[in-house]
Amino acid sequence: MDNGYKAVMARKNEILKGSLGIDFARFESGGIAFDYEAMMGSIGYSFEEIAEIQRRQSVGNTPLIELRNITKLARHCSKAGFGARIFVKDEAANPSGSFKDRRAATAVFHAKKMGYKGVAAATSGNYGAAVASQAAAQGLGCIIVQECYDSRKVGQPEILEKTRKCEAYGAEVIQMTVGPELFYKFLTVLEETGYFSASLYSPFGIAGVETLGVEIARQVREITAKEGRERDADMVVVTHAGGGNVTGTARGLARAGSGAEIVAASVNLKGLHMASDRQFNRKSFTTGHTGFGFPFATFPDRSDMPRSAGRPLRYIDRYVLVNQGEVFYMTELLANLEGLERGPAGNTSLCAAFALAQEMPQDRIIVVQETEYTGAGKHIQPQLSFARKNGVKLSFGDPKNEIAGENIILPETPHLIQARDVDLTAMRGSFIRHYVKNFRENGGDEISDGDLAFLAAETKSSEKFVREILEG
Amino acid sequence: MRSEMMTVKEGSWVLLRKVVLDVGERAEGLPEDTAKVPIVMWIKGFLLEDREIGEIARVRTRMNRVEEGVLEEENPATSVDYGGFVPEILEIGKVREMLNG
Repeated sequence: MDNGYKAVMARKNEILKGSLGIDFARFESGGIAFDYEAMMGSIGYSFEEIAEIQRRQSVGNTPLIELRNITKLARHCSKAGFGARIFVKDEAANPSGSFKDRRAATAVFHAKKMGYKGVAAATSGNYGAAVASQAAAQGLGCIIVQECYDSRKVGQPEILEKTRKCEAYGAEVIQMTVGPELFYKFLTVLEETGYFSASLYSPFGIAGVETLGVEIARQVREITAKEGRERDADMVVVTHAGGGNVTGTARGLARAGSGAEIVAASVNLKGLHMASDRQFNRKSFTTGHTGFGFPFATFPDRSDMPRSAGRPLRYIDRYVLVNQGEVFYMTELLANLEGLERGPAGNTSLCAAFALAQEMPQDRIIVVQETEYTGAGKHIQPQLSFARKNGVKLSFGDPKNEIAGENIILPETPHLIQARDVDLTAMRGSFIRHYVKNFRENGGDEISDGDLAFLAAETKSSEKFVREILEG
Repeated sequence: MRSEMMTVKEGSWVLLRKVVLDVGERAEGLPEDTAKVPIVMWIKGFLLEDREIGEIARVRTRMNRVEEGVLEEENPATSVDYGGFVPEILEIGKVREMLNG
């Protein structure tokens, strides 16, 4: 068999179909639209069954912690009467230390049920550790393909920690230098081993996150009921990268009947190219940043799946950015003011929430929907000292002057922390134009009523808005 | 300077380096700096025959696959740590004074 780059990439759909057991063609309409809900429903597990699979692996049911001191500090920074109560869902309490266990548990369970001998995933983040942990617990083999190093073999400390963690769970790790051809290597591994593709973006993964949204709704009601007035969270802030976290959480909140505003938050890495060898080690966040957040919002079907189950623009009400220095600062506050050493990357949403709380009256409730574990390599100190070693300047000042890759500015005072709004209308327009352009380039012509309705749903807008964009 | 001392015994736990795609075989549309270097992988496994550091070698990986590459390291170490001291982190902690008076 030809295992050259082009030959393997040409076999992509065939390889993925065999490694997931999902025939994506049956959800397609022939136009722009596909039946998203039918795809989500095709996994063959009810919400209750997924919750049970997770319970059996001690995944989920994590504590919801009120951050009283951080709330107090937010009130100190805001005008009188403002500063909503901030709660955090302590997802670090999951077996491998992040909410990603929710995504991995169902995928690994399904792989085992279908008779696969192992699971494979291409990821440098917490998800790899989650898949490796679940594979260990459920008795399957596991291979994780990671982007670790630049061409000098200098590796991001956070990612090298993830290599260690995956290996600690008995997984085989393939470490690679920078480049999207990691996906090519991943495909050859799937073909060689016949393993299940535990994609981050499969319906199994996203359905697994729905429990997180449902738990948040339930816990907020329980806490407020005890205080004498049961109510829902007003806002849930979600760190956004590939879109699965936002999608699954929002679907779970909707399932539980919560009307909370869904705010996505990413670290602003504007100007850094994610496939650049030279810039690879000039960033201090390897996930939760705009390098994933923007492209996956405007074109979610760029993942290792023909159709991604993570479709963030369907659910996002507001999208805000924070800077690296602000998230590092907040990570240290979480340890110093609340006694919780977590993150750093998972604290992106917390950092945004700190600023957003100041826009809301004190009786409102904001939920930060995750924390993640911390440890050697993956911690504010090794990450900041690594940045400094790689020529990134570290100083105190106004974080709005931070330039990703050049400097990291820690806020001189907490008042300077801001959540900067992304123009969602422009992003929605970009989504629509992208899908229409793709459709036309592939021989499509007439945009059907079904396509219009699909584009409106995908962008949480209206058919009127879609038409306006199409008319330019 | 290679000597007999560098021979690694069959069955040892080692790290191999392998070029996955050389310059010219890589994907189109890469940034210039990335396109001019090969994409490389490292894999750990049990060495299948006695080899010297720097020689082509084969390993059996943890998932029982065979991979071939240049033998780079015996008993490869994990390098993650807590990095060098960063004095700015101490400064951040002073927010406690603002909060607690």
